[in-house]
Amino acid sequence: MSPMPSSYLWLIPLLPFAGFLINGTLGRKLPRAAVTAVALLFTAIPAAIVAWLWITMKAAGAPEVIGVISQPWITITGFQVDFAFTVDHLTLIMLGVVTGVGFLIHLYSAGYMAHEEGYWRFFAYLNLFMFFMLVLVLAESFLLLFVGWEGVGLASYLLIGFYFKKDSAANAGKKAFIVNRIGDFGFLLAMFLLVEHFGNLNFTEVFSAISANPDWHGGILTAIALLLVLGAAGKSAQIPLYVWLPDAMEGPTPVSALIHAATMVTAGIYMVARCHVLFDRSPYALGVVAVIGAATAIFAASIGMVQHDIKRVLAYSTVSQLGYMFLACGVGAYAAGIFHLLTHAFFKALLFLAAGSVIHALSGEQDMRRMGGLRKRIPITFWTMSAGVFAIAGIWPFAGFFSKDEILYRTFTSDDPIGKLLWAVGLITAGMTSFYMFRLWFKTFFGPEKFKTADKDEHGHAAHGVHESPWIMLFPLVVLAILSVIGGWVGIPAALGGHNEIEHFLDPVFANASTAEAATVVVSHGLELTLAAISLLTAGIGFFFAYVFYYSKRGTANAIAHKSKPLYNLLANKFYVDEIYNTFIVTPLLMFTRLILELLVENGVVGGSGQAAGASAKGIGSLTRRIQSGNIRSYAGWLAFGAAAVLLVMIFGRSLWTR
Amino acid sequence: MQLALFIIFGALAVAGALNLLLQRHPINSALSLVVVMMSLAVLYWSLGAEFLAAAQVIVYSGAIMVFFVFVIMLLNAGEEERTEGSRAAYFVGFPGAAAIFCLLSFVFLSERKALGVANIGGYLNHLTSNISELSTVLFTRLLLPFEVTSVLILVAILGAVVLARKEQ
Amino acid sequence: MSAQVPIAAYLILAAVLFSIGVAAFLIKRNLITIFMSIELMLNAVNLTFVAFAHMWHQVSGQIFVFFVMVVAAAEAAVGLAIIIAIFRTRQTLNVDQIDLMKL
Repeated sequence: MSPMPSSYLWLIPLLPFAGFLINGTLGRKLPRAAVTAVALLFTAIPAAIVAWLWITMKAAGAPEVIGVISQPWITITGFQVDFAFTVDHLTLIMLGVVTGVGFLIHLYSAGYMAHEEGYWRFFAYLNLFMFFMLVLVLAESFLLLFVGWEGVGLASYLLIGFYFKKDSAANAGKKAFIVNRIGDFGFLLAMFLLVEHFGNLNFTEVFSAISANPDWHGGILTAIALLLVLGAAGKSAQIPLYVWLPDAMEGPTPVSALIHAATMVTAGIYMVARCHVLFDRSPYALGVVAVIGAATAIFAASIGMVQHDIKRVLAYSTVSQLGYMFLACGVGAYAAGIFHLLTHAFFKALLFLAAGSVIHALSGEQDMRRMGGLRKRIPITFWTMSAGVFAIAGIWPFAGFFSKDEILYRTFTSDDPIGKLLWAVGLITAGMTSFYMFRLWFKTFFGPEKFKTADKDEHGHAAHGVHESPWIMLFPLVVLAILSVIGGWVGIPAALGGHNEIEHFLDPVFANASTAEAATVVVSHGLELTLAAISLLTAGIGFFFAYVFYYSKRGTANAIAHKSKPLYNLLANKFYVDEIYNTFIVTPLLMFTRLILELLVENGVVGGSGQAAGASAKGIGSLTRRIQSGNIRSYAGWLAFGAAAVLLVMIFGRSLWTR
Repeated sequence: MQLALFIIFGALAVAGALNLLLQRHPINSALSLVVVMMSLAVLYWSLGAEFLAAAQVIVYSGAIMVFFVFVIMLLNAGEEERTEGSRAAYFVGFPGAAAIFCLLSFVFLSERKALGVANIGGYLNHLTSNISELSTVLFTRLLLPFEVTSVLILVAILGAVVLARKEQ
Repeated sequence: MSAQVPIAAYLILAAVLFSIGVAAFLIKRNLITIFMSIELMLNAVNLTFVAFAHMWHQVSGQIFVFFVMVVAAAEAAVGLAIIIAIFRTRQTLNVDQIDLMKL
């Protein structure tokens, strides 16, 4: 097959953008089939181009990096940025995930959203999101990446608030956008520092400048790295900016699958991996990343254990798994982080889509307490979701096992002084993950049926009775289920008899990191096997507890919850983080703006100047009215006075206007 | 000679003006104004404007001031009463008038070197007379304005007739 | 005598007459007297013009005076006619009592 010409790279993001334009402007008038066709076509073609790109770059003798540059975008003395795309192996993986999983989700949405009004709007926004995400992934400079970064934030806001008539959805959209903005602020500051220090925002230039100076450590690089971490924390929902992700479940389920599981939230991880050259020079920043990752992982997992909404459980699970990826990057195991990103995309998207299928089957029910015994009613959904559950729990030989294990192993053997502690945290989180996923599994599919077939579901359509979803929704589930099973096999480590293809694939990208780790990797096959066995055991313990609480001895969970009510309440109310933010950040800010901006500026300056203008006009008017007294002599008096003034100006003011 | 003329008739003019100011009955003011105009006629003659001096006597004091006197007698205007006037006239007007005077004098005095001196009888060295020079300009270059002023006078006549007519 | 009168003297005389005219305008209460003060001011200006005509050895100043006289005549005619009309309606020539244009 002939290699792909690099100019085709432009098509990859621009085709979804064209789809957005068509559906956005004409979609209201087009029939549903046309809207679907446009959306799917303009997502499928980029997927095909990416496939071609894969073949091109995996062929023998293929270049490791392909790039394409446009006309200059910003050119001022000392600083230039172009629209430039670059594709290396890291980009290839991300492209594969975005276009592949993206296309599957588009397909799924065609079925899921079939009865929604605003169908065209949904696909327009979805295509817009694809465009921005692809720009983000393909970008060759921080600035272009930031364009994509902001754009996916915008698309996320639009899609979360898709059911804009619902207050909670609109508020969730605003919350997501605002919290993201805080992260963007960090990213912007990092870019400013980069421009000031390197005079450039291109990846190649900045990274080669850093590589060329092996003695640069810490200092400004730490500052830049920490600011980038702030941005990544916002986008990838880490502590302290994760609060938007659970609320983002107000959006339609395919949105949760695409944006808040597989792609947008991984942008932060991608950015950290892309800037690994920078992060490697700042052990402090890496330590911060690792700690944030581990803390978020266990924090979110603990909240997820007591949630009742099926989508909330998955949301907190996403936050937790993103913590794992952060942890991986924090200990320098970038390839492992990306590997987990890949497998997570598969099984998390699968889990969300399958949850959507369950919700669709139950005509809108999302509370797990009103589910149960569905495995006989919706078998295909059951089997595919099970694949996802086993994958995320880290059971061998499903995908999640290999990726999660790799991360835990690298954390244990890292140079980080608290590496072992982080490993323990990760291990406990793995146990919790297994527990709450199997809890979800048991509560949804096993046990007595607690749902009632309602007359109307939440979108007002007549209920269908519990039934399996149409094939257009099941097909993506099946594909993703297969990928969840075999997806991890590209990263089977040498210790378990594999070749760890993905790590070697990403070697050209993470050359620095992997050479540092090369020594430790070779030595301890035995250690790796032991650690793998431990994590498998932990997953099994999680399964066991879930089995006991939710299958064999039902009601045990309730009893424990009653006995430790304060702890349970703490978890169930998400550690009151939202309330804390509200009290300490939101309310003071609102009070301050009300005081300063509303009272001082709005009423004082703006309103005041308006009033002043009016009052002064009135005042001057009433003063000058007195001149019109009707008395001729007073007119004469003013005339004389005026004449004198004119004379004065004429005689002595000559210098004023000849200046 | 020049100086004597100037002083005498200048003083007369100022005295007449002050009298206009100070008299209470308008007829007295009118007659003082006639005195002012006559003195001004002499001053014009001393500056070489003979025609204007004649016109001043004939037209200004002979026609216009007579007209004033007619109206005063027609309306039988009596002495002025004291009424409460406007404050603005006193507080703003007088400073204004004083300022005008001061400014003008200041300018004239500071330029007095440049202004030069007057020669009695004019400057024409008896080559042409004042009146022929005046009429040359008036009937050649300024013929149109001259004719327009005659229309102006016609309009004024009409206006005066209409305005002063008894209501029917 | 051979003493020469500076032109400035004529001009200052004119300024004096003008200021007296303004003062009379402001002080007097009789309409006709006020009108006469206007005539006084016009005369003062005429004197200025003639003085300058003498200074510049030109006749244009005198032409100006000529036209001023014409206009003053027309104005006097119309103005006095108006005063007569006012007297007919208001029965007074006191300027303070003619203030219908008060706002």
